[in-house]
Amino acid sequence: MSEQNEHAHHIVSPMVYLIILLALLVGTATTVWASYIDLGEWTPLPGLVIAWNPIVALAIACTKATLVVLFFMHVKYSTRLTMLTVFSGIFMFLTLVGMTLADYISRAWGRW
Amino acid sequence: MSTIVSLPDQRTARIPKVNYLSKENGILSWLLTGDHKRIAILYLISLSFFFFIGGALAGLIRLELLTPQADLMATDTYNKVFTMHGVIMIFFFLVPSVPATLGNFLIPMMIGAKDLALPKINLLSWYLYMAGGLLALYTMATGGVDTGWTFTTPLSTHYVNTNVLTTGLAVFIAGFSSIFTGLNFIVTIHKMRCPGMTWFKLPLFVWAHYAASVLMVLATPVVAIAIVLVALERTLGIGVFDPTKGGDPLLFQHLFWFYSHPAVYIMILPGMGVISEVISTFSRKRVFGYTAVAFSSVAIAIFGFFVWAHHMFIMGISNYAVLVFSLLTMLVAVPSAIKIFNWTFTLYKGSITFETPMLYAFGFMGLFTIGGLTGVFLGVSGTDIHLTETYFIVAHFHFVMVGGMLMAFLSGIHFWWPKMTGRMYPEKISQLAALITFIGFNFTFFPQFILGTLGMPRRYASYPPEFQILNVFSTGGATILGVGYLLPVLYLVWSLKYGAIAGANPWQATGLEWQTQSPPLTENFTVTPIMDHECYDYEWLEARKEKEVTSVG
Amino acid sequence: MSDSHASADYPFTHGDSGEVPAHAEHPAYLRHHFNSVEQQADTTNFAMWLFLLTEVMFFGGLFTAYLIYRNWYYPAFVAGSHQLSIPLGAFNTLLLITSSFTMAMGVWCAETRRKSGLVLCLILTFILGLGFLGIKTIEYSEKIEKHHVPGFHYSLSSFLDPDSDAAAKAAGDKPMALDMARHTEVYFSLYFAMTGMHALHMIIGIAILGFMIYRAHAGAYTTGHVTFVENFGLYWHFVDIVWIFLFPLLYLISRH
Repeated sequence: MSEQNEHAHHIVSPMVYLIILLALLVGTATTVWASYIDLGEWTPLPGLVIAWNPIVALAIACTKATLVVLFFMHVKYSTRLTMLTVFSGIFMFLTLVGMTLADYISRAWGRW
Repeated sequence: MSTIVSLPDQRTARIPKVNYLSKENGILSWLLTGDHKRIAILYLISLSFFFFIGGALAGLIRLELLTPQADLMATDTYNKVFTMHGVIMIFFFLVPSVPATLGNFLIPMMIGAKDLALPKINLLSWYLYMAGGLLALYTMATGGVDTGWTFTTPLSTHYVNTNVLTTGLAVFIAGFSSIFTGLNFIVTIHKMRCPGMTWFKLPLFVWAHYAASVLMVLATPVVAIAIVLVALERTLGIGVFDPTKGGDPLLFQHLFWFYSHPAVYIMILPGMGVISEVISTFSRKRVFGYTAVAFSSVAIAIFGFFVWAHHMFIMGISNYAVLVFSLLTMLVAVPSAIKIFNWTFTLYKGSITFETPMLYAFGFMGLFTIGGLTGVFLGVSGTDIHLTETYFIVAHFHFVMVGGMLMAFLSGIHFWWPKMTGRMYPEKISQLAALITFIGFNFTFFPQFILGTLGMPRRYASYPPEFQILNVFSTGGATILGVGYLLPVLYLVWSLKYGAIAGANPWQATGLEWQTQSPPLTENFTVTPIMDHECYDYEWLEARKEKEVTSVG
Repeated sequence: MSDSHASADYPFTHGDSGEVPAHAEHPAYLRHHFNSVEQQADTTNFAMWLFLLTEVMFFGGLFTAYLIYRNWYYPAFVAGSHQLSIPLGAFNTLLLITSSFTMAMGVWCAETRRKSGLVLCLILTFILGLGFLGIKTIEYSEKIEKHHVPGFHYSLSSFLDPDSDAAAKAAGDKPMALDMARHTEVYFSLYFAMTGMHALHMIIGIAILGFMIYRAHAGAYTTGHVTFVENFGLYWHFVDIVWIFLFPLLYLISRH
């Protein structure tokens, strides 16, 4: 019972918000800076080339989004139901993007 | 024939003076209501209206197909007729049917709540539905749209001059109606259950609606964005679906079917919920394997998200995608089959009676099974290549949607009619109507399986003359089917004035909604119920009856 | 499902559960179909989260399109991205992140019943939001001037001949083949669709903020009924998150 009431009672302090704001601003600066640097590529398998720049950019963006979700949107202090809701949204988004992309990527593989 | 119907003494029984229908009067009390039951009735009336328009369009299709030539109407007109038939039937009848009428009416009562969590959003849902529906009718009146309900690009974006945008907007608006209904249900089921109502004491009707609501909330926005992109493509020529600008028409199909496949589960799951309730009541037995049925609803919802490209096997997706989606489609058939097995085992050694809702339920079980099995044939990519875009597909989805979903809807309407109106429908004529529907349905759609296997394409106004005899059977069946659907409208309206007074629980059913008066009070319960017994507990019901005092009026 | 807290966990705030007196003591904002303020707050909060889920899926379609076409037409996307101004985009990001901060502070003010603090935070959020839209307008008008809006007047000259275009020249672009240059139109389609949809959500948010400032000034949110501010905050943070992803994907494709 207490975990479900946490949301109503837990008031996040402004200091936390300030720290998150600074973290987000630092993240923004980092991602802009990183875009000017060629971070190279990685070829784990022949024909499979992974460029680092987009991965770094997305990683920073995901981190920033996570901070906003956890602290600004209070998910860290919320019920398990809220967390389940957030995860199901992310999961469905990844399913849409992932399975559609899988079609497009595998078209290039030709026939059997 | 035996019956479980138990009505109060008709000489002294009265409709309760205070109920949700009599509480307030005047058109505004209906148009501005927050009462989920009144909103359900508003939906019931508007849904029936759109159903008959869609049905009239179906009649036109079958009339045209009586002869091999395209002689009744121009082929362009025929394209418009089947498109509007699809759009209206799917978006303005099937998707909202059970959830918006029976779900709205019953879910708060089944969980012991006074109303849905968000009554104003509920009313908004109805207004959005009406706005979308009227816009769709306007589209029809001003020339219609002829792309097929699937709006496939690049036909819909580059090659037709018809009302694609208006229809797209109508579907967009109706989509938000659906989203808000689903959102309301999820929130209500999570947060408004009465004391003692744990998840596993919920009626399976509620579980089914929960699963369908998750689909509504997560899948519908994707078709919304697909429609927005089509609109942008048509008006501005942005190029996302235009091969000459580097776009891919298949992207539209991915986004469209990402919703439209879960949409078929949105349509069928609430119907399955109805069947669970009806079969239990008319076998006087708890549903066999409650947990399995509950989880299979959720499983259908989840798996339903992963199979959409089985509508695109011949469209140009990669072979590997075909393989993966075909395998996943096999998986999604399993939970549906589990339900059929569980219902069958519920019937086994039950005390079965054959009132109208049960007749429709039996029809559902048989016809949905056939429809579902043919779906498996279509899920196998090898056979799909030959059967897709033929009448086999048309027969398949009509078996599951009409033989399945529409039968479940009628079953539910008849089952809960006494609760909603306080009156019983006339049993004999309704059983006759159910039988007529069943016969008419089989004559209409079974020949279409054969036509499809023989190679008759869908969406064609003309066909080779050797297919005519089967088409004539089909049209003949459609006429019978039309009679079967018209009859309920007539006798249900008749019953509003002349039907027998039903009393609180004419079916001797378990479930919280049956423990209050018919029609219910606006606030559903005078005292918050406490769920201290299992679901479908007929022993509890027996024990209660012994202590019960039947009141008059 | 572990969420088995039926409304036994939301007991009636008045009398015993079951009997509802004629008109019990409860705050004016408690709707009659709820048992308690807590149930109402939890329920509306959950409802807003579900609505945000639908928004995630709505934008999801656009992100899917983006990822596919970026994969197919990478050089065109690079050239298109070079047409965007990083200083303006980064500044917009700062504005939006700060507005999220002020919004979160607004929620804190509402929770701690600081009326003037709440009004101040809402006004700041409003101004920052307007600032974002103002810069967006500048960016859009620049695109319109350069004929980079997909449709009838789309111009390929910046990509076929980069030296004629200041932004392309500054980024060191080479002239592109005609077919790849055509695909820049897809990039701009997605740019306008995604930022346009985002801007539409911001406009709606700002309109609601206007309404909220008026109500907050009247003291509506600082008497314990914070759910409207909280739930709007969730919406605003979501709009911020969408931009957090749009910025690197659209502006920072490749600058090296």
